Amino acid sequence: CNLPQSFPLAKLWGSSLFPCQRQLPCCPTSHRPTSSQPHPIWPTAMPVRGYRRSPDLHSYNLTPPQVNSILKANEYSFKVPEFDGKNVSSVMGFDSNQLPANAPIEDRRSAATCLQTRGMLLGVFDGHAGCACAQALSERLFYYVAMSLMPHETLCELEAAVEAGRPLSPILQWHKHPNDYFTREAQTMYFNSLRTYWQELIDLSSPGESLGPREALLSAFKRLDSDLSLEAQVGDANSFLHYWVLRVAFSGATACVAHIDGSDLYVANTGDGRAVLGVQEEDGSFSAHTLSNDHNAQNENEVARIQGEHPPSEKKTVVRQDRLLGLLMPFRAFGDVKFKWSIDLQRGVLESGPDQLHDNEHTKFIPPNYHTPPYLTAEPEITHHRLRPQDRFLVLGTDGLWETLHRQEVVRIVGEYLTGVHQRQPLTVGGYHVTLGQMQGLLAERKARASLAFQDQNAATHLIRHAVGNNEFGAVDHETLSKMLSLPEELARMYRDDITIIITQFNPHVVGHQRQGGES
Amino acid sequence: MHCSCVWSSRALSPALLPRLLSHAGCWAPGTKPRGIWSSPRRLASAVETTQPIPLPSQARVVICGGGIVGTSVAYHLAKLGWTEIVLLEQGRLGAGTTRLCAGIVSVAKPISIECKMADYSNSLYEHLEEETGVKTAQYSLSEVSKLHPLVNIHDLVGALHLPGDAVVSPPDVNHALATAAAGHGVQIHERTTVNHVMMEKGHVTAVETDRGAIECEYFVNCAGQWAYELGQASETKVSVPLHGCEHFYLLSKPLPEPLQPSTPVVMDMDGRIYVRAWQGGVLSGGFEKNPKPIFTEGRNQLEIQTMQEDWDHFEPMLSALLRRMPELEVCEIQQLVNCPESFTPDMRCLMGETPGVHGYFVLAGMNASGLAFAGGAGKYLAEWMTYGYPTANVWPLDIKRFGNLQSSRTFLRHRVMEVMPLLYNLKVPRWDFQTGRQLRTSPLYDRLDTQGARWMEKHGFERAKYFIPAGKDLLSLDASKTFYKPDWFDIVGAEVKCCKEAVCVIDMSSFTKFELTSTDDQALALLQHLCANDLDVPVGHIVHTGMLNERGGYENDCSVVRVKKNSFFIISPTDQQVHCWSWLKKHMPDDPQLHLEDVSWKYTALNLIGPRAMDVLGELSYVSMTPEHFPSLFCKEMSVGYANGIRVMSMTHTGEPGFMLYIPIEYALHVYNEVMSVGQKYGIRNAGYYALRSLRIEKFFAFWGQDLDPFTTPLECGREFRVKFDTDIDFLGRASLLHQRQEGVSRRFIMLVLEDHDTELDLWPWWGEPIYRNGELCGTTTSSAYSYTLERHVCLGFVSPPSLDGSPAAVTPDFINRGDYEVDIAGQRYPAKAKLYPFSSLFAQQRRRKDEMELSNFQGK
Repeated sequence: CNLPQSFPLAKLWGSSLFPCQRQLPCCPTSHRPTSSQPHPIWPTAMPVRGYRRSPDLHSYNLTPPQVNSILKANEYSFKVPEFDGKNVSSVMGFDSNQLPANAPIEDRRSAATCLQTRGMLLGVFDGHAGCACAQALSERLFYYVAMSLMPHETLCELEAAVEAGRPLSPILQWHKHPNDYFTREAQTMYFNSLRTYWQELIDLSSPGESLGPREALLSAFKRLDSDLSLEAQVGDANSFLHYWVLRVAFSGATACVAHIDGSDLYVANTGDGRAVLGVQEEDGSFSAHTLSNDHNAQNENEVARIQGEHPPSEKKTVVRQDRLLGLLMPFRAFGDVKFKWSIDLQRGVLESGPDQLHDNEHTKFIPPNYHTPPYLTAEPEITHHRLRPQDRFLVLGTDGLWETLHRQEVVRIVGEYLTGVHQRQPLTVGGYHVTLGQMQGLLAERKARASLAFQDQNAATHLIRHAVGNNEFGAVDHETLSKMLSLPEELARMYRDDITIIITQFNPHVVGHQRQGGES
Repeated sequence: MHCSCVWSSRALSPALLPRLLSHAGCWAPGTKPRGIWSSPRRLASAVETTQPIPLPSQARVVICGGGIVGTSVAYHLAKLGWTEIVLLEQGRLGAGTTRLCAGIVSVAKPISIECKMADYSNSLYEHLEEETGVKTAQYSLSEVSKLHPLVNIHDLVGALHLPGDAVVSPPDVNHALATAAAGHGVQIHERTTVNHVMMEKGHVTAVETDRGAIECEYFVNCAGQWAYELGQASETKVSVPLHGCEHFYLLSKPLPEPLQPSTPVVMDMDGRIYVRAWQGGVLSGGFEKNPKPIFTEGRNQLEIQTMQEDWDHFEPMLSALLRRMPELEVCEIQQLVNCPESFTPDMRCLMGETPGVHGYFVLAGMNASGLAFAGGAGKYLAEWMTYGYPTANVWPLDIKRFGNLQSSRTFLRHRVMEVMPLLYNLKVPRWDFQTGRQLRTSPLYDRLDTQGARWMEKHGFERAKYFIPAGKDLLSLDASKTFYKPDWFDIVGAEVKCCKEAVCVIDMSSFTKFELTSTDDQALALLQHLCANDLDVPVGHIVHTGMLNERGGYENDCSVVRVKKNSFFIISPTDQQVHCWSWLKKHMPDDPQLHLEDVSWKYTALNLIGPRAMDVLGELSYVSMTPEHFPSLFCKEMSVGYANGIRVMSMTHTGEPGFMLYIPIEYALHVYNEVMSVGQKYGIRNAGYYALRSLRIEKFFAFWGQDLDPFTTPLECGREFRVKFDTDIDFLGRASLLHQRQEGVSRRFIMLVLEDHDTELDLWPWWGEPIYRNGELCGTTTSSAYSYTLERHVCLGFVSPPSLDGSPAAVTPDFINRGDYEVDIAGQRYPAKAKLYPFSSLFAQQRRRKDEMELSNFQGK
């Protein structure tokens, strides 16, 4: 498909060829999709479900080192430190990476170790209509979870320290890539909201009490979403901050978070990110065990839930074209106050908001058939899994990954990468007519596939390489990779989505030991 | 640089072979062929026989293994007149590697004995009347493309064409040899497995098979892949150090324009492949960098025909093939054959009588050249069994170069993975194996290692080559491979200088050390019989002597110390550990009062070398070590530091002044530390074997295994002064030496000092370079080194005058002194000064009787 440089984007948007994914259809006439425009709250996302393959328009040829530098730009690895030559944690470490398709990228990721309580938190956040909400989640959500997990006494000590102006002992140890940033201007506001939350937790609990991980995750998710909403309603004297909180609230994000403490793995999911466990079978092969449900139109339970939450008169409009109100793909999300607030509240907040918002048709747009808000919730679905020795790793990924690779394929690629074993059938010629040249081609391809594993030091990078570069035979093909990665910014989103992956490797010795200890 | 070899070949008609061989008139006329199979027809029909012919209850020789090697041994034994030969094969004849191997008989081999064997095989297989020399010719590239239609010549700079190479069908040769052997009366029994070899008093007595026992005098292990296990399956375990590796080759379907059978075999060493014509298409295999060892656990897969193909493993070789012959791309694949080959720890085959068991012979471990070697090797082994030794020096192939220490499966598995790729590697000088190292070490190993020692290995023992000064470093392993001036040049130079001017310590613990004792004078009697030099010397004397064979050739070259009246301490080269032991044992009378012990492991040997050695030792022992008090070639037990009972010997192995210290191992570290700390003020430092080598070569010292071999006599290397001609003791080899003294020697060990050779820019001599006299080829070098004293290269080697009437001519002083000598280094000839004894100035410190070095036979004529 040859797309001329000046192709009418508007036309394409309207066409069914490129169904919008989680894009709120803004007014095409007033919105020019160029990145040079003053920053709109609803930026120029152009999500596409059925990505086009082998883009042949601008095929810049990237060299393998160039491809590698693009793929590795955001890779990060963390290895749990060993004590006395032994790793006593059930987690050996994790590899994470992300590959942008949007400019700027709308995905975020977080990883941290809880210092006041036990356990490790890992999460991927997929933003839509901008990156603001996902950014806020990446900075704040784990603090909310950590607070929720704290026993009453620890919370009281914390409050006493703040009260007395004493320095706080750190709550989280972050494992961040240099590109993972914090919004410095908003920290005071974030802290105040958090403090209000823990004060409430103190009031609601009694000495010796703490929430279990399930309740803690649930509470943290809901509380943060309500704080996002509240901060946007209250606003801020600082116009930048005021603008910022509105951007956060009017954009949205899904979250898929894992909390691992010993053999207990909890996954809290809101939206269409996914957590998949890689289980090694006795024969050495890997199978996928999904620990989360997608919250989208493909999930019948979700459709039924949404339809049940609204009057029967809305049954046909609440989910249309596989989207919430015909607009939003994920059925649960943080932010997105356009789907949560009443029309009056939305109008009120926007009118008192900073000037930047007034030009934006996007924010003013009210979803059609908007009768009984809220239509959207950030309440997570929580899964508990007790780790077994055969559970080797956990893949957290945004939907950009799961759209391109089947979960079974994901687990196979990661499993083979981590074990270094390539379960390949040996080639036999048998009675076929194969020429030496054909055989050489076949062998070269198999070799390339095997050597890719050695090229990557990071399992997530390896997985992205497959997600983006797989050709029709399921093998990474440099040409495909080169084409997909050299797409101009404004076109990349048509062929792929942002991809964010965290792969956590478990420590089978510790997991097995803890289980034994727990059962005996 | 790419270089390829195009080897021409003549395909032999398989149908012709059996007839040619069975009609070979090698056996006495009138001898009626008897035995089970006397004709090819019977051979074929016997296979179908359901009722196996019963085994004989006794035989003279039992050969185990019906592959090409076993049948060749049987054939040659029969040719030499042996009778009652039984050949046993566990499956069918030629069902093992022989059946699968690629059928190339290449005569270009790394060492001359291998060339001889391949050459003979070639002529045997072709049934030519006389052995022909290897004809080699440099070919221009346009000729290459003429010789072979498919070769891509664009990246080549040259090629070598060997018209003598041949391609044969291995099963047919096998069949032909078996038929010919059967014609000589050899009984061949298939589907008969040897379970156990019985022995009594160190002699083979019988073989137990799954079909009954056969009494026999001789047993020959030609079991190929299974030779190791068969060796283990005997009363006294026999070590046959070999290990299998998978080997792959490709068969293609016929090309659109079928390749002629006469097309030369192509070997592309850089691509690690060989290619020959096969049924209109090609057969191509190679020796990859990452071999797959197999059968480490033993005989669990008898049926090697069912081996798996592994295309992924073959990929580099397929790519190399298509690079060399791009037109083959369109050619269809017939099959990828997996044909396991057995390899040895040093890439040479295993041949000869096993140490310790009389009558147990081995021929195995052909390193993927079984077809090329089988003919010649079979002939040599048959000669060995008949005459006690083959007609050529086969020491490089002698199984006694290995001992039990090379028999670990882990060692073999690791080592063959390094050996197999070497087949197609450039053989650089002074190659050290990287696998199977640090097996035997001196107690000082760690101490020396931290001082920068770089190591080489001999018979499993780690020896320091040189010591890298702190702060310096050498090139990486790969970058240091050169035929030019090596990177250690200055380091070794500094060590040599220190040996000449001050004092150095060299750890020489690897030497083989035996103690021979008796209650009466049996020990002396034995040594007087075995050694050429007179050992009836006062206690405390050291005697340098050769142990000669009947021909007067060196079986060993050693130093013997008379420690007590009836106790002798014998110091031999490292690789003599098995060979010398077996030589002594073979000649020892069965006398319980005569006792031989291997004490190699009990002593650490330190060589203090240099003019200040006596000062260091003097300080440590409070005994004067000056030549007046401690003359040369004496041994005293004395104390060094706190340690008592150290055997101090006033000798070195280089001709420099100095002492050898034989130290019981628990004192080694103490003595070393004392020597180093006292030596500090005399400028002491460590030195390695490369310094030693440079020193001994410039002093014209011959070393056994490099310069001396079982076909070299003391007279040929100017060592008549070490032969007790003046006594009437009948030592082994005396008659031959006397005869030779009468006739004059036909070859002579000389020293050649290179002139007009630029050490920096010219290729270095190493060994094996041709020597020319007045433009005529007259010999080859056996070792060489750079002499830091002469600032020239010194080569040692043998020369012989041209034969005028077919009989060897005697060497005259004029032949040595009045000729223009040249040494040919890779095609470039350098003038050289020939000498019969070293520069006397080099002996300024320790004068020797010069007349000792003179050649009395020269004066006598």
